[in-house]
Amino acid sequence: MKRLVFYLGLLFAALSFIYPFIWMISASLAPESEIGSLVLFPNTFTLDSYTQMFSKIPIGRALFNSILVSTIVTFGVLVFGSMVGYALSKLEFKGRELIFYIIIFTMTLPFQITLIPQYILMVKFGWVDTYIALIAPYLMNALAIIMFRQYFKSIPTDLLDAARIDGCGELRILFTILWPNALPAIVTIGILTFMASWNEVLWPLIVIRDESLMTMPQLVTLFAVGGRADAQLGVKLASAILLALPIMIAYLFFQKYFIQSMASTGLKE
Amino acid sequence: MKTRKITPYLLVAPYIIHFAVFVAFPVIFSIVLTFHKWNIISPMKFTGFDNYIRLFNDTLFLKSIMNTFVFLIIHIPLQIFVALILAEILNQKIFMRGFFRAAFFLPVVVSGVVVTMLWQQMFAFDTGLLNRILTTVGLDKVGWLVDPNVAMSSIAVMATWKNVGLYVILFLVGLQTVPPHYYEAADLEGANRFQKFFNITLPMIKPTMFMVIILSTIGGFSLFIEPYIMTGGGPLNSTISAVLYIYKQGFFYYHMGYASTLGLFFALIILLVIVIQKKFIEREK
Repeated sequence: MKRLVFYLGLLFAALSFIYPFIWMISASLAPESEIGSLVLFPNTFTLDSYTQMFSKIPIGRALFNSILVSTIVTFGVLVFGSMVGYALSKLEFKGRELIFYIIIFTMTLPFQITLIPQYILMVKFGWVDTYIALIAPYLMNALAIIMFRQYFKSIPTDLLDAARIDGCGELRILFTILWPNALPAIVTIGILTFMASWNEVLWPLIVIRDESLMTMPQLVTLFAVGGRADAQLGVKLASAILLALPIMIAYLFFQKYFIQSMASTGLKE
Repeated sequence: MKTRKITPYLLVAPYIIHFAVFVAFPVIFSIVLTFHKWNIISPMKFTGFDNYIRLFNDTLFLKSIMNTFVFLIIHIPLQIFVALILAEILNQKIFMRGFFRAAFFLPVVVSGVVVTMLWQQMFAFDTGLLNRILTTVGLDKVGWLVDPNVAMSSIAVMATWKNVGLYVILFLVGLQTVPPHYYEAADLEGANRFQKFFNITLPMIKPTMFMVIILSTIGGFSLFIEPYIMTGGGPLNSTISAVLYIYKQGFFYYHMGYASTLGLFFALIILLVIVIQKKFIEREK
């Protein structure tokens, strides 16, 4: 009996985390007049909200923009981050300590301090309303460098020396020997970076004003707070679903990796 | 094995350039900006300490900092409390553990924009789920987002709902470092569940606890999109967060010098809070 109450309670807790999402999907499929009723299954299903949304905002274009930006950012963080992580963990050079401290400094620096001057940089570079503004500031990530450095340390140096005797260059060593041996780190950093980039909304709100260059979270945000949805709840929810769906599908399939990756954010000091 | 001397520098060069442009320069420039009045278009005007004087007289900014602290003071304890309970439960051998873990974690991966839009409906005064439940059981409706005394708490509850899954996972990792024989010994002594929790579990997961506090403090200080979408900072400015206020000063009014001063000042507060937390942690260790 006690067990039963325990499981009912737990099930209720789990439902409170899932129910809102299910309600959102169902509401987006219901006719506008039925949404108020909070019933999970509307009498009639309709794609009205979706067709209206597509005609009101360039959500397809925003999806493309988001995928483009997040993919390039993730790729850049992996390539540049592993380069620095490699130098810091496996190569000896003057100034190595200094660079390490710079990275730690960057990690502890609150973004609130650089927000305004970074925007001014974008204006002065003429990057406002370009993809570069969304990508360039994010191409380096201190946490990614630290994680690569940690991981590379655990890979035996003998492996690299053998390759050097064979005449391998450092970049080739990094990408053909270290990368294949560091897949868990790459997956973790990749997921963290992609998710952070995909969900970023403050920076796009600042540097992008041209609707055709907006990322999905930005476009959906402006759609939600602006008047263009004509207070039609279903249309707003439909746009929110399109924003949530790609990550939710990825989560469904790679749940284990998502959870592991996010858990490792705790490893930073 | 020696590598060419220049190679390491080539590998870190992109990082150094990036750091110089996107971190070092902005930090220095932000300090310069605090002594100027500038809207980007017209020339910069030196104004001495005007921005600082204005800051200390800006009741709305001071309120926005207070609001952010109100958010943190509700959000962090609530989050730790809920996350610990859920982690304790998931740490036992229970039926469908994977499903429950996945369910609690779901809001973590979804964009804050989606979560906010969703909860805006849950919190709605007349049509929202929460008030419908309240009226069904015969209670009065609550102005979740329209009552200035309640709105920030509502946002803190929502933020907890969104992030708690992450902290459940972090606590789970921490709980698994507690050696099982500690509990077995306690069982022999006849300790009850609460005694075991306060005398074994809690001291053992202290490092995780500290990490959770620092991570959620940093997260809480960046509160922005939730009030931006849900309330726009209202009602009566009760949910305007520091970042939202800086955003408005910078990108709504184009007060670059002043917004920069606010950003710098707020960043110093954040660093101060983190330093105090770290000091406290080191003493506890």
